[in-house]
Amino acid sequence: MKILTELLAFWQLQADKIGQQTLQHIGLTAASLVLGILVGVPLGLLLTRRPRLAPWVLGLAGVLQTIPSIALLGFLIPAMGIGPVPAILALFLYSLLPIVRNTLEGVRGVDAAVVDAARGLGLTDTQILLQVELPLAFPVLLAGIRTAAVINVGVATLAAYIAAGGLGEFIFGGIALNNPAMILAGAIPAALLALGFDAVLAGAQRLSGRRLVWAGRALLVGLPLVAGLYLLPRAATKLLAGFSPEFVGRSDGLPGLQKLYGLRPVSVVLAPALVYEAARHGNVDIIDGYSTDGRIRAYNLLTLRDDRHAFPPYQAVPVVRRQVLQQHPELAAALNRLAGQLSDSVMTDLNYRVDYLHESPRAVAHRFLRERGLWQEAQPVRGATIRLGSKIFAEQYILTELYSALIRGYTNLGVEAKTGLGGTTICAEALRTGAIDMYPEYTGTGLLVVIQPSNATLDSLGSDPATVLRYVRKQYQQRYQLEWLAPLGFNNTYALLMRRQQARQLGISSISELSRFLQ
Amino acid sequence: MAPTSPVIEVRNLTRSYGAQPVVQDVSFALQAGETLVLLGPSGCGKTTLLRMLNRLVEPDTGTVHVNGQDVRQLPPEQLRRRIGYVIQQVGLLPHYTVAENVAIVPRLLKADEAQITRRTEELLTRLHLPPARFAGQYPHQLSGGQQQRVGLARALAADPPIILLDEPFGALDPITRSSIRREFRELPELRQKTMVLVTHDVQEAFELADRILLLNHGQPQQLGTPRELLFHPANSFVREFFAADYLSLQLRVLRLHDVLSHQASGIEKHSLNSLKSDSNIIPHTVSIQDALQYFSSISASSGTPSTPSIIWVQGLDSANPDRLVPLTYPALMGAFAQTVQQLQTV
Repeated sequence: MKILTELLAFWQLQADKIGQQTLQHIGLTAASLVLGILVGVPLGLLLTRRPRLAPWVLGLAGVLQTIPSIALLGFLIPAMGIGPVPAILALFLYSLLPIVRNTLEGVRGVDAAVVDAARGLGLTDTQILLQVELPLAFPVLLAGIRTAAVINVGVATLAAYIAAGGLGEFIFGGIALNNPAMILAGAIPAALLALGFDAVLAGAQRLSGRRLVWAGRALLVGLPLVAGLYLLPRAATKLLAGFSPEFVGRSDGLPGLQKLYGLRPVSVVLAPALVYEAARHGNVDIIDGYSTDGRIRAYNLLTLRDDRHAFPPYQAVPVVRRQVLQQHPELAAALNRLAGQLSDSVMTDLNYRVDYLHESPRAVAHRFLRERGLWQEAQPVRGATIRLGSKIFAEQYILTELYSALIRGYTNLGVEAKTGLGGTTICAEALRTGAIDMYPEYTGTGLLVVIQPSNATLDSLGSDPATVLRYVRKQYQQRYQLEWLAPLGFNNTYALLMRRQQARQLGISSISELSRFLQ
Repeated sequence: MAPTSPVIEVRNLTRSYGAQPVVQDVSFALQAGETLVLLGPSGCGKTTLLRMLNRLVEPDTGTVHVNGQDVRQLPPEQLRRRIGYVIQQVGLLPHYTVAENVAIVPRLLKADEAQITRRTEELLTRLHLPPARFAGQYPHQLSGGQQQRVGLARALAADPPIILLDEPFGALDPITRSSIRREFRELPELRQKTMVLVTHDVQEAFELADRILLLNHGQPQQLGTPRELLFHPANSFVREFFAADYLSLQLRVLRLHDVLSHQASGIEKHSLNSLKSDSNIIPHTVSIQDALQYFSSISASSGTPSTPSIIWVQGLDSANPDRLVPLTYPALMGAFAQTVQQLQTV
């Protein structure tokens, strides 16, 4: 019941958005069906005349059908970018198999005696095709179109991943936010659409004789018109934003920006993996990202300054067991040599070297220490071994290498790295139980994932980095006997990004300036 | 067209499917109005031979001339529009009404619509399918016999001089089959047509054929009139092919004048008992089989089995065509037996 009221409230709130998405969804499905019919039916007819090609063409269409839809979109993006074109192309490819196969089977299923008689009476091959085979194959052909339509309504939800709109926007937003009402808000209209397409085409299938021909013509005229719906809501805009579903739904994401900056850009939804590509290729102009992502440097993007602190602080800080710090007082000094050394742009650069230049985290870390004059050759090991943990991504690997080198260079302690721990809770647990002695964590993550304070507490903390760090440090000390040392300097949080060149041309460097520009 | 030039002339037609020869070196010529039956066991190549006439199958070697013109000089569609085509499965277009099915070829030939309507109604009426009831029906609403009649009307619609028929009655039950066959034989539309008909049914062949071409394994065994095939078989295959139906075929082939010309006497003494009337006079061209049926019908109606029934045969005496010769059942059977004996010894 609760979910139902949530759902109704969501629909009420997002009524115009749902309407637009439904139109987009119908448009996407119809456009791909039109293409599927325009290509699939002639192809199927060709196969009836060249039966030797049939296994090959059907086999190929079958292979296309078995490619997972998200993978097919992935294949198309390098060639076609994002947006409606690759979405429609992918849907079109999925509609081919049922349409081609049913055209072929429909014509094959026409009574051979009827065709023979028609030929014997003196109908030409074209006349036989148009006056005999096609009308008689039409019910089977239409069944194929029906199958394709239902498949496409389903697959079209994935179009949301590549900024082609449709009802998938809410579905994937809901999945990213673990919000069932939001998922249903998109899934229910999508299911109804599938039933609707099916019912309309099923009605056409039951017609006979003359009316069937009319239905065929109506379909050929009507579908492109419906497909045109898709183009309607695409009004011209100064700058187009492309956001990942999670960012759109999270209160510290887009809604926070709207509240604090009044920022309401015309936006499309994109798969998280694609937002950077989309910005790079100019499909969109503004994206959300993480402030230290290597792609910011790789694609020459600019991080807009969050001058009103809409995004929560996610400062990177080494977290260490208190017991270890007490047993080895020299450890804290060694670790703190890195404090404040890594700004956002420096960390971005290091990430870029590992992620995009494919240098090893160790080489990158060692070179950085040398450049900063922090490098010391490893001392002989005489004491205990410190066990370092890290999560599974480049930034954490690099930090682990940096700390390993510092501990070896400045103390006589040994180092053992336990990299690749799968997530925050695992790292925190490992640290508490003593399976590891330290790992780098982010203040926001420690706050929200590990401490999980009440909403009132969260509101009182606000978005001041120092306040948050103080709170997290105190809680960790009290609850777990764990110490947050000095911050490394960078803040790995949400960021709004633009192409550097465009931002410079428009004179935009902060979110406030962007908001002013869009108004 | 000169009366001597054949309407259809086939020379040395040969066709193989892969290594399997289906039709081997067949030749024949048909005069206008003639009916040729292609007869033979299943798989003897008779259908393939028929389909080479309207180029549904192209021969490997050999030629087909229609009205003196090589069929290869015409686009096949144009050739086919001038040749009626009827097949066993009928092959009516299921999404066309009866009237539309009949009108297919005239429409292809771009005939005048009013004329097409008139012609369609005329044909349907003649084939016992009143247009008021049947014209707007779809094929699936018709019985098998009705469908075959529509198929025939469709073949005749554009009044083609040649008609090809592939087992046209093959899919019908025996009763429908013989009644449609009789209609077919008596249809005035077909009197002037040159027809080639494929069948494996010996009785049907003898009923409809002017000449029969008997085929086996694609090789022509004998081409001739039914009587020639029956009484002068060219080889043992021909003889054995007809052996099972020998008696009934003789009864069908021989006519009254064939058996009665040998002995027109010895019956006179019985004639006193019987009155001549219109109902018991039959022409001399009637087959023995039909005459026997006639006997059984009048003896059933006369109700006096003790006195032998008599029928009067007209036209036996060419000098005096109106003279009637009386005939009894025993006399007919005797004359028939004698004639058969004579024919076989010749």
